[in-house]
Amino acid sequence: MELIVEGIRKAFWLLVTGDPEVIGITLLSLRVSGLATLVSLVIGVAAGTLVALTRFPGRGFVVSLINTGMGLPPVVVGLFVTILLWRSGPLGFLGMLYTPGAMILAQTVIATPIVMGITLAAMQQLPKKLRLQILALGATRLQLVWILTKEARLLLLAAVMAGFGGVISEVGASIMVGGNIKGYSRVLTTATVMEASRGNFDTAIALGIILLVLAFAVNLVLTHIQQKERPR
Amino acid sequence: MSRAGAVIEGRSLRVIRGGSVIVDVPSLTVEEGEVLSLIGPNGAGKTTLLQTVSYLTKPFEGDLFFRGRKVGPECPVLTYRRAIAMVFQEPLLFDATVFENVASGLKIRGMKRVPIRQAVAESLSRFGISHLSDRSARSLSGGEAQRTSLARAFAIRPDILLLDEPFASLDPRSREPLIEDIQAVVRSTGTTAVFVTHDLMESVRLSDRIAVMDRGRILQAGPPEEVLNAPVDEFVASFVGAGTMLKGRIKKSGPDTVTVSVSDREVESAGFFPVGSHVILYIRPENVTLSAQAGTIREDGGPVTSARNVFPGTVTRVTPMGFYQKVGLDCGFPLVSYVTMQSRELLKLAEGRRVTVSFKATAVHVIRKD
Repeated sequence: MELIVEGIRKAFWLLVTGDPEVIGITLLSLRVSGLATLVSLVIGVAAGTLVALTRFPGRGFVVSLINTGMGLPPVVVGLFVTILLWRSGPLGFLGMLYTPGAMILAQTVIATPIVMGITLAAMQQLPKKLRLQILALGATRLQLVWILTKEARLLLLAAVMAGFGGVISEVGASIMVGGNIKGYSRVLTTATVMEASRGNFDTAIALGIILLVLAFAVNLVLTHIQQKERPR
Repeated sequence: MSRAGAVIEGRSLRVIRGGSVIVDVPSLTVEEGEVLSLIGPNGAGKTTLLQTVSYLTKPFEGDLFFRGRKVGPECPVLTYRRAIAMVFQEPLLFDATVFENVASGLKIRGMKRVPIRQAVAESLSRFGISHLSDRSARSLSGGEAQRTSLARAFAIRPDILLLDEPFASLDPRSREPLIEDIQAVVRSTGTTAVFVTHDLMESVRLSDRIAVMDRGRILQAGPPEEVLNAPVDEFVASFVGAGTMLKGRIKKSGPDTVTVSVSDREVESAGFFPVGSHVILYIRPENVTLSAQAGTIREDGGPVTSARNVFPGTVTRVTPMGFYQKVGLDCGFPLVSYVTMQSRELLKLAEGRRVTVSFKATAVHVIRKD
């Protein structure tokens, strides 16, 4: 108990004093996970909508793959991205391994199926005839997708929350592809793991609390938007 | 080339799904300013035909022409779709305000803000929902939502309005004024419309022409009075409520009338058919008149009125049908008549009551059976 109280006290102190290392780690966490969520949103919404609106052979299999992808183990993602970016790997020439870019890539791979799966469910939940109605109003294919996306926006916000929540809290992939390099690729989760392994539980707890507050704050903002948008 | 004056013309329209023919219409024409109703039972293919006409159901076989230009090669599909407006049974409103919903078709067409505002205000006013402009579409009642859907359709000033059972999900209190409003708007704007319904009375009220469908085919198309009074076959007759259908055989054939033997009675009908032909007679209930028994039949049983068919009959059943009463009769053959409540009381119509039944020879529609 004393350990936890000390952790909270230290977290408070680190935040109040504006510890440059903690601020740096926090900002990097936000940047990596924010960008990964943004990229996954673009890919996931587009792909999810495409799968939802089209019929093709093997569609059921693709949907199963997406649903399975929603629970991708970060460590497995980290492993494959590491192999991909390894010096002798297919994308080794990019020299991205152990950089924040590699972490963004790995987190994007984790978040995209989550966003895609929720988008697919959101689009399928809209009345089928709504598509016909939009086309009958004279919409182009692009306008159709845009209007449907607007109609499903509340659930898409849930997709953003789930995607961001999934990547801000993952540690396996980030530590494997980012390397947890101090001042360069160290994020809140990897730093927490490192401090805990060193026995610096107070610092680990402090970082954990910051991570929780951060995740809560982002979701609070998104939830506020979602609830404000909820039909009256 | 398609017919001059036709806004829509369909040729050899066929929709096949899962090996079954859902729609098979060799020819369909809708003239400028005309309101055509597609009626028929569930599964008749009405909605699929409407969606084919809207170019929303694909793939389909055949050609569709819009003002003489073939949709696809000569008239781009998007141009055609932007000339039509469609209203479904469900209002299918967007999660936005009523104003934004009504404006949606105009926004899709890239119209500027000021003309949008004017067009939306006009359309809202037409359907009496200006006061709902800022309300969320999700908070509307069924009637209000369908009015919004109709206002959205009319806001774009469509060349063709397609209506897919727009009143089906409404209660009678919301439906009646909405039918009146849409009737007024369609007539005042001269909009060409195709209207799907399974309610015969709705189609009679709103349409210039009725097309009766069954199993994907149009069995009969024509003005309401023609379809109601001269159904081409048993199905159409039963669907349009011809009332009484009797099997008979031509006994005598005159220059302009025939005498048909029905059970042990004789019914006179206008028309010409060879003696011995097997026929079916259709008699609409509103054409059958009932009167008190005395004084209307001559001693030899012949009529004293202009009606060529007068029979003594017994009331077998009286069923209230809202504004009128349906009276089942036995005249040696079964017959149905519609009377008002006032007539029912005046004639003291009840089961077992004996009455005189009359109908004109011209009220009997004969179809040859063999």
